Amino acid sequence: MLAHYGYKDGSGDFFITIDTDKCNACGDCVVACPVQVLEMVEDEGDPFREILMAAVTEEHRKKIKYSCALCKPTANRPALPCVASCKAGAIRHSW
Amino acid sequence: MTKEFWRWKEYNWKDESKDWKKAKIITAGVDVGSVSSKAAIMIDGELYAFNLTRTGSDSPKSAQNAIDGAMDGTGLKLDNIQYVVGTGYGRVNIPFAKKAITEIACHARGANHIWGKTVRTVLDMGGQDCKAIKCDERGKVTAFLMNDKCAAGTGRGMEVFADLLSVSIEEMGDLSLTVDQEPEPVSSTCVVFAKSEALGLLRQGWPKEKVIAAYSSAMAHRVVTLLEKIGVEKDFVITGGISKNSGVVKRLENELKIKALPGSDKFDPQLAGAIGGALFAKALIEKSKYKLEFGNWRLENAYKNIS
Ligand code: SF4
Ligand code: SF4
Repeated sequence: MLAHYGYKDGSGDFFITIDTDKCNACGDCVVACPVQVLEMVEDEGDPFREILMAAVTEEHRKKIKYSCALCKPTANRPALPCVASCKAGAIRHSW
Repeated sequence: MTKEFWRWKEYNWKDESKDWKKAKIITAGVDVGSVSSKAAIMIDGELYAFNLTRTGSDSPKSAQNAIDGAMDGTGLKLDNIQYVVGTGYGRVNIPFAKKAITEIACHARGANHIWGKTVRTVLDMGGQDCKAIKCDERGKVTAFLMNDKCAAGTGRGMEVFADLLSVSIEEMGDLSLTVDQEPEPVSSTCVVFAKSEALGLLRQGWPKEKVIAAYSSAMAHRVVTLLEKIGVEKDFVITGGISKNSGVVKRLENELKIKALPGSDKFDPQLAGAIGGALFAKALIEKSKYKLEFGNWRLENAYKNIS
């Protein structure tokens, strides 16, 4: 399942997408994120899945553009900590 | 007393032809949304009774009202219901629910039951947010996207407008379709701003229907941009309160160039979440039984209609 968290506004598309078919619930991204944007929750689309999935916290969903700003300088952007930490390749950012 | 234009019809229903005393499995789904609370009682996987009511100031009480209304006149007591699943915004606050399941999962499962297995895209337009969900032929979610940014462009916003313009909420949709020419959408769908914008338009002499049309198309447009992000596939259906607003639905269909399947006479599309919850409740009972009997329960079973 592709879980899109974020929003679209006049200035662009701001979504973090978690691919639950890849996410193995290791929790590495939660630890890697410096501002606690991510958390582990029960699968939001499948109540019968036995493992947790990574998700964007409710608090950050509405302001994700600003929450992630520190990791995204306009020039020489380094690898994003969350994306780099995910060996499964389950995290995508739309911006 | 002044007329409350925003007030939509609260009602309940039961299937007189069915007898719950003969049922093997009785389950319920209770969906406490920000604006309305719904309870659906299902016997052996079929809808038996439901209730649609306004959400009060606290979730436990709203949930209780919803289920009491659904049980009303059936002779059922809460103890007779073997498993209750809670869903919606207030789902973690329903004391008599054994499990809370997200409305994303419940709406997809419910839509699959209401419209059938050809449903691939579900748009839930609720009281305070709106969700685009894609699912497979079992009603299992394959992708979702929530509109988390602003509480507007939703049922609650429509209620505010109904009151502002003194038009009953049930007539808003049809009235908005009476305009000869489609006005420019209001620029803001945020309730507070849209309200002052609407007042401005009224002062300029715009008739009510034109103001509602401008607001409805702004709302539709906002939702379309959401849907485009995940891609709309047929069959497409709309659940939640706004699905009953012909003005928003029509404009949405025009912009998407895809028609939504019409609502069925049997199921109120506002009940999709509660129905999905009741179906999951049944699957959860079956899961524990299977585990006892066979020690191994396949997840696939949750999405099957085992009768
Ligand atoms: S690091 Fe990747 S696999 Fe691990 S929990 Fe996060 S998203 Fe899932
Ligand atoms: S980009 Fe940075 S702030 Fe945003 S989720 Fe990833 S690690 Fe956290």
